[in-house]
Amino acid sequence: MTKIAFVRKKEIPPSAPPITEVGLIGWLRQNLFSSWLNSILTVLSVYFIVIILWDFIPWAYGGHWNTKSLRECLDLDPDVACFSVLTARWKQLLFGLYPAEEYWRPTLTFIFLLLAIVPILFPKFFRFFWFSIIYPGLAVWLLWGGSFWSISIVYIGLTLGALFFLTLIRRYLKNYMIAAILAFLFTAVFFLFISNPLVGLLNAILPFSLPFVESLKMGGFTLSLIVGVTGIVASFPIGILLALGRQSNLPVIKMICVGFIEFIRGVPLITLLFVASVLLNYFLPPGTNFDIVLRVVIMVTLFSAAYMAEVIRGGLAGLPLGQHEASASLGLTYWQSQQLIIMPQALKISIPGIVNTFIGLFKDTTLVSIISLRDPVGLASTIRADQKWNGIYWELYVAIGLMFFIFCWGMSQYSQYLERKLKTDK
Amino acid sequence: MEKTKINITDEVAIHISDMNKWFGNFHVLRDINLEVRRGERIVVCGPSGSGKSTLIRCINRLEEHQKGSIIVDGTELTTDLKNIDKIRSEVGMVFQHFNLFPHLTTLENCTLAPIWVRETPEKEATEIAMEMLEKVKIPEQAHKYPGQLSGGQQQRVAIARSLCMKPRIMLFDEVTSALDPEMIKEVLDTMIQLAEEGMTMICVTHEMGFARQVADRVIFMDDGQIVEQNEPEEFFKNPQSDRTKLFLSQILGH
Repeated sequence: MTKIAFVRKKEIPPSAPPITEVGLIGWLRQNLFSSWLNSILTVLSVYFIVIILWDFIPWAYGGHWNTKSLRECLDLDPDVACFSVLTARWKQLLFGLYPAEEYWRPTLTFIFLLLAIVPILFPKFFRFFWFSIIYPGLAVWLLWGGSFWSISIVYIGLTLGALFFLTLIRRYLKNYMIAAILAFLFTAVFFLFISNPLVGLLNAILPFSLPFVESLKMGGFTLSLIVGVTGIVASFPIGILLALGRQSNLPVIKMICVGFIEFIRGVPLITLLFVASVLLNYFLPPGTNFDIVLRVVIMVTLFSAAYMAEVIRGGLAGLPLGQHEASASLGLTYWQSQQLIIMPQALKISIPGIVNTFIGLFKDTTLVSIISLRDPVGLASTIRADQKWNGIYWELYVAIGLMFFIFCWGMSQYSQYLERKLKTDK
Repeated sequence: MEKTKINITDEVAIHISDMNKWFGNFHVLRDINLEVRRGERIVVCGPSGSGKSTLIRCINRLEEHQKGSIIVDGTELTTDLKNIDKIRSEVGMVFQHFNLFPHLTTLENCTLAPIWVRETPEKEATEIAMEMLEKVKIPEQAHKYPGQLSGGQQQRVAIARSLCMKPRIMLFDEVTSALDPEMIKEVLDTMIQLAEEGMTMICVTHEMGFARQVADRVIFMDDGQIVEQNEPEEFFKNPQSDRTKLFLSQILGH
């Protein structure tokens, strides 16, 4: 029998790892050549990448930019790209049928969009949230034009309503419900009876307006961004409310939310868009002018809100029950606990799914071409119908794809940044 | 160690009478009658499934009782949400699995409820929080996240978080059961310290040493009923019911 007693007498100092485990060699070994199968796959992948780029780079690099038609390109050199179609039609791809002398307006709207998004994406570094709040109105006014006052009046009315509510709460009333109802009535009265004469008055005193551009003129990436960004911004809060509603203890609210989510998710987006473009007119009183872009935005928003709700519900389900109990035991109310404890964590868990839905929504805006709105994909058909560019495929779709890719990749990158930033367990 | 009993007053902190609760068809709490006086420290023990956790969870309405009444600090627990929120802010609770908010730092965990529920100014809330973190001996962890702390540290933060609301009653729900042995002591020490300061406490625990040392009363539950209660000395030395004897022999027998 061997002796089992042992006492360490000499300490072993830590030493450096073998050279094959660290640095470049270590990385290559671990990631590309860790086994025979992996080595073969690595070599094959490199081979395929090389043969694709072998053809693509000369094709793209040698491409023509300044010919007048596809015919001319083919006559010069049929084996390279004919980007001339982009040179000739890029304005249309960006702005659709928007009047050329007004191109500065969508451009400015886009620049302002970046400014409005920055404080929301990086709240620690940029603090001009006020701009994000006024941006929606500003964008609507810049894009569609018309009187400046008829847009501002919306803000004035809502601000007055909010002030009315706050004054009631601070000075006269303790009950939030009654104060909210009174403030709502106040705002309604303002918009029904006061706003129109007030706008008329302001217009008379200080006329300030841009030429009106109708919705059917909107197109290209301007349209994609209008529908995509509005859809993203609006579907997020609606999705949160639907997710909460679906988990609610109140059966009626729960039923409405479940019904809505299941119905919308069960119907293809194209069907909803057709409803928006054609059927809705049958149901609305004759003569009502319900803007087509607005209709599309509403449908896209509802569609992605239903998906959003399910993604967020997944996040909510991922939270341990203890979080609800802990916040309840501290005396937080339902809404406080949702706002401070539950949602921050549930949303963090669901970031990949949320961004997935956003990206899906943004790309789905191309479906509006089916109801003959001129988004980039719809425009591509229009351009190809032109005799000069008849037969062009790659260049146009590569360019459109690239534009969408830039936006979607940006969203994806931001979501990864956010996930890293919100990581609190390491 | 000599126990301080001077803290117990005649004032009633919790009054439970003929309280019954069912989970579906399962009668989990049966005719519970319990009066807790301010400053009293009670240990509730019993086999698992005996209803002891459910009992203390009824006191701050994490579970709803169906019959009888519970009066906490003179306020009766009914379906009135205002009463519930009021009682919850007066009654602190510490859980088996800590239930800290992982997305907030230790300090933010502690200041959140005072700021939002009590509407304490942030500066003052931070001062109180630091004071409480010092009390549980981890002020240096104030800016770390719960995920970066050990189990024992997390549980002490959870105690500090409850204390920041300046509760008049503390409920402890098997707070050491999820901890490694070497961390149990640091949490128990904190609880003993609290007990010595005169906090009204109800602790569901299997730590019989703790019960001996700090409890004024030990309650033994089985099958949803209070089977026996007594002063700890008598309870451990001279259990009356067979079920108590069996239980004690099982947990003290090794």
